[in-house]
Amino acid sequence: MSVLGKIIRTGRVAEPALPVPPVAGAAGAAGVRPAAPGPLAGSVQLRHIDAGSCNGCELEIGSAFGPVYDAERYGLRLVASPRHADALLVTGPVTRNMADPLRAVFDATPNPKRVVAVGDCAMNCGVFAGGHGVEGAVGDIVPVDVEIPGCPPTPEALIAALRGLTGR
Amino acid sequence: MTAAGVVGVLVQLAVVVGGAPLLVGLMRQVRAVLEGRAGAGIGQPWRDLRKLLKKEAIRPEGTSWVFTSGPLVLFASTLVIAAVAPFVSTASPLDGVADLFAMVSLLLLGTVALTLAGLDTGTAFGGMGSSREVTIAALAEPTILLAGFALSARVGSSNLADIVAGTLAAPAQVLSPATLLAAVAFAVVVIAEAGRLPVDNPATHLELTMIHEAMILEYAGRDLAVVELASAMRLTVLLGLSVNLFVPWGVATSSAPLALLGATAVFALKVGLLGAVLATFEVFIAKWRLFRVPELLAGSFLFGLLAVSASFFLA
Amino acid sequence: MNLISVGLAVVAAAALVGATAGALAQARTRPLVAGAATAVVGLGGVLAGVAALGGQTWSLTIANLLPLAETTFAVDALSGAFLVLIGAVAITAGIYSVGYTSPGGAHATDEDDAAPGHDEVVAHDGVDAHDDVPGPAKAAASRTAQAVLPLFAAAMLLVPAAASVSTLLVLWELMALTSLVLVLAEHRLRRSVRDAGLWYAGMTHAGLVAIMLGLVVLAAGAGGESFAAMRAGSAGLSPATASCVFLLVFLGFGSKAGMVPLHVWLPRAHPEAPSHVSALMSAAMVTLGVYGIIRVGFDLLGGGDGWWWLVVLAVGAVSALYGVLQASVAADLKRLLAYSTTENVGLMLIGIGAAGVFAAEGNRVLAGLLLAAAVLHAVNHAAFKALLFFGAGSVLRSTGLRDLDRLGGLVSRMPVTTALFAVGALGAAGLPAGNGFVSEWLLLQGLIHSVTGATAPSVVVALSMPLAVAVVALTAGLGVATFVKAFGVGFLARPRSVAATGATESPLSMRVGMGLAAAACTVLALAPAVAGAPLGRLLDVLPSVRGGAPLARSDVSLRLAGIAGSMSPLLIVVGLLVAALGAAALVRRVTRGAPRRATPVWGGGSTRLSPRMEYTATSFAEPLTRVFDDVLRPEKDIDVTPFAESEFLIASISYRQRVPDRVEARLYPPLLAAVGRWGQWSRGIANGSVHRYLAYGFIGLLVVLVVVGITS
Repeated sequence: MSVLGKIIRTGRVAEPALPVPPVAGAAGAAGVRPAAPGPLAGSVQLRHIDAGSCNGCELEIGSAFGPVYDAERYGLRLVASPRHADALLVTGPVTRNMADPLRAVFDATPNPKRVVAVGDCAMNCGVFAGGHGVEGAVGDIVPVDVEIPGCPPTPEALIAALRGLTGR
Repeated sequence: MTAAGVVGVLVQLAVVVGGAPLLVGLMRQVRAVLEGRAGAGIGQPWRDLRKLLKKEAIRPEGTSWVFTSGPLVLFASTLVIAAVAPFVSTASPLDGVADLFAMVSLLLLGTVALTLAGLDTGTAFGGMGSSREVTIAALAEPTILLAGFALSARVGSSNLADIVAGTLAAPAQVLSPATLLAAVAFAVVVIAEAGRLPVDNPATHLELTMIHEAMILEYAGRDLAVVELASAMRLTVLLGLSVNLFVPWGVATSSAPLALLGATAVFALKVGLLGAVLATFEVFIAKWRLFRVPELLAGSFLFGLLAVSASFFLA
Repeated sequence: MNLISVGLAVVAAAALVGATAGALAQARTRPLVAGAATAVVGLGGVLAGVAALGGQTWSLTIANLLPLAETTFAVDALSGAFLVLIGAVAITAGIYSVGYTSPGGAHATDEDDAAPGHDEVVAHDGVDAHDDVPGPAKAAASRTAQAVLPLFAAAMLLVPAAASVSTLLVLWELMALTSLVLVLAEHRLRRSVRDAGLWYAGMTHAGLVAIMLGLVVLAAGAGGESFAAMRAGSAGLSPATASCVFLLVFLGFGSKAGMVPLHVWLPRAHPEAPSHVSALMSAAMVTLGVYGIIRVGFDLLGGGDGWWWLVVLAVGAVSALYGVLQASVAADLKRLLAYSTTENVGLMLIGIGAAGVFAAEGNRVLAGLLLAAAVLHAVNHAAFKALLFFGAGSVLRSTGLRDLDRLGGLVSRMPVTTALFAVGALGAAGLPAGNGFVSEWLLLQGLIHSVTGATAPSVVVALSMPLAVAVVALTAGLGVATFVKAFGVGFLARPRSVAATGATESPLSMRVGMGLAAAACTVLALAPAVAGAPLGRLLDVLPSVRGGAPLARSDVSLRLAGIAGSMSPLLIVVGLLVAALGAAALVRRVTRGAPRRATPVWGGGSTRLSPRMEYTATSFAEPLTRVFDDVLRPEKDIDVTPFAESEFLIASISYRQRVPDRVEARLYPPLLAAVGRWGQWSRGIANGSVHRYLAYGFIGLLVVLVVVGITS
């Protein structure tokens, strides 16, 4: 029963919950539109799309949903299908091969939906701007609702922005 | 059919429909706590459902009435079981409508509705999920019927109210070899039918490991809400059947208001406890690969067969 | 005036008129004439059967119709049940055949259309490339086939009315020959039809020989060849003789019923016959094998020993499991349905066998219940199997395809056929709201109550009944997988071939035929209690189960008599409907009736999702194939073709999987080889020399004289 012993010894690793962000969408400093919780209050399911990222943002998303930051406690959840999703979590500059799939995902997601551009590359192509394989920033392909700056953004920043969507 | 009996049925329906998302929330919360996380709270599935009802539904091109009616059939088949089975009261006026075998077939009907919907989408994942789900359902069927056979052999009837009343009348029978073996067999089947670990992982995001989730990848909005609610109800019904077949104490034997109230509380407690135990158990195991699942089901089939034999020879 | 005689007179007259008219009519009117005649034949059968189930009896003896024997007919409630069953199938098949055999539809030949490429299936072409080959409709509408169709229906209807050995055997043979002609209708189109005909002819005649031997021994021992005389005299037979008779008759009738290992003709003949003939054979003709076993075992031999019925039970269990396993991995729709027939006959035999075991132990309540369940399952099976074969026939006529791997997308192209096939599939899968569910439920109730009688169960019962329950349960589970595959892969999603893309709905008469069969399924599914009284009368015919009324009350719920157990198929369906419609209305209210947005199927980001990426029947059944690998032994071929430049660059990979019938492959080749060797050997005896033949005659006469001299 080494697992049981580990569970007992480790106890709770989640850090205490931060206070609710004062203004919805404020954490994403350059929010294109303020993301009011509205129909998505309390529950936002996210579909993550890697549009050409260096995987730095993926690591941070992974840790945001890990036990320490535990994004799930705010009503956030990663899902397997865009049909189940309320928001798209797009990382990286959009490469040429990912532009059509990104449009397809956007179309496949039921309304009302939000698009979250995660990281500097998603906002403005970052260091990859002008690269021969880069189609453009996420905002050039699909309308973006929330932007989270950072290269990569910290889990705190990610969670703060996403809490703006759930309002929790 | 008396007014009190109707009230009993309505209470039972309300408990199952209202409590099912809470049970799922509870199980996720138990798991979260054991993993050292804070968890989303047991009300989260209800919040998810509320949100899904506000979202638009989607009809993928090329799908038919089979796709749109699948969630409704799944929901309806589970609701009929919730109305008939003696979860809160054995004095249900509907008891003669469906016995244990009919309920097993109703569960299977719900499974079939979703598998057909999965095939109707025409995607590889839909077909894959359907194929796996139906394989597991087909192999679980003999076990669940044998376990039912062992239980009904004791009281001479396969109607659930008779079985539950029989156990209440003779409590020592719970510890008879036949009942214990049947309980083991039943437990394995419940895990398989409800799509829990190690047969299926309800929280997986990897399409290739999915069974149940792969079939419903195309549903959105209100259709998805019905599927999620019905799946939660299915889990509740399966756990409810398990506790009331093997540990029936607390079930009301009349339709008196106070008895119903007490029985509802006891039922919620028992199912919640069993759900918590199941969630704890799931923390310790990983999903098995698909082709080891038949071995698990074959093992439970053996237990079922032993249970029946024990009911013949040791009774 | 006796309604039975009226009904049977209608049968005989309509058959003769129909056969003559079918032979004389012009090609254009022939489908209508033959179909109408067959339907009228069926109507007469239903009339006679309903009267018999209502309590009437009738008998007729015609001297001098056959040489050396009287022709005897007698109809009781047991015959009546099968008259209704066969008659109803004949009515629907007759109506259906009008459309099926009229011109139009696609061609089914050895060469199917090419598989679609990687891109979307767009065009409907290449299907009409075989204009020189007559289509199946034309072949099934040939003068011979059309003239024989009403005769076949009439022969089947008269078999349960026959009441002497010679009458039975003559009608049995007439039935076999007419059906053989019909199986061979499309022999110019496909080689496999000729093989199927050969297998069918061989098996049915081997069966006839077994039945004849058994009944002749019985008649000799009982002192008369009429059923009445045999019934009276069978008690005087020695146990060994009686057992011998029973086993021979069981083998003979079992080969017609398609039990394992004598089922081999079924998956060949049923797919190759025209679809209305498949329906008649699979839904009606095989149940006559079941009728024969009940008639001889329970009636003429009066019940017999327990071990006979254990044999029946065991054979039934093997048939049910093997049939459903093969069906669950079959990719040919009609072959799947043929194996499903073996499965359902197995379930009937389980019921009959268990009934016999209990009857031998003196437990009439359970014996009656189980026998009633078996007969009811025969009726249910007839309803859904006829419907399913009609559905498969509509698909075949419209697309030329039986291969599930190439079908799909029919739900939007053939909506009526799809919906009606769904009704049949629901019945065949044994799910609530389907008719198979009711009889499987009765069967399970009979089996599980084996322990609850007043007396403690015997060891035999205690060992066999749990296994029987397990077999029924596994069969039911795999049956669900089978029909999810047949319906889900065959009719839903997008078409997997050019031919399926061009499918169109069937003519009106075919839809009416299917609709009638679907209506029968629905009635049987919702109100099975109406069968209670007729089934009680049926049991009263049989001495060893007399008095075992199976169902206590005939209201909305099904209550068993003598044992605890109740279930209400009607209320379950009502509950399902109320719950589903209520949920739909509630959700619609909450969402204010917002329509569903139509978007392309989500392809995981891929923008070129083609039908080639869909799951096929073969891939759907792959997990089951792997789980039951040891039983099925699928044959797999993988050919990897690399480019010439490097063996690591793959140009193409082809994968083929076949699931051969292992019983056939293991059992029959040695048998056929032995028969062949025997034939070779006897060729040496018969070398054409007249002197030799004279010598044989002389020696034969001597031997007979010596034997007579010694024994007398």
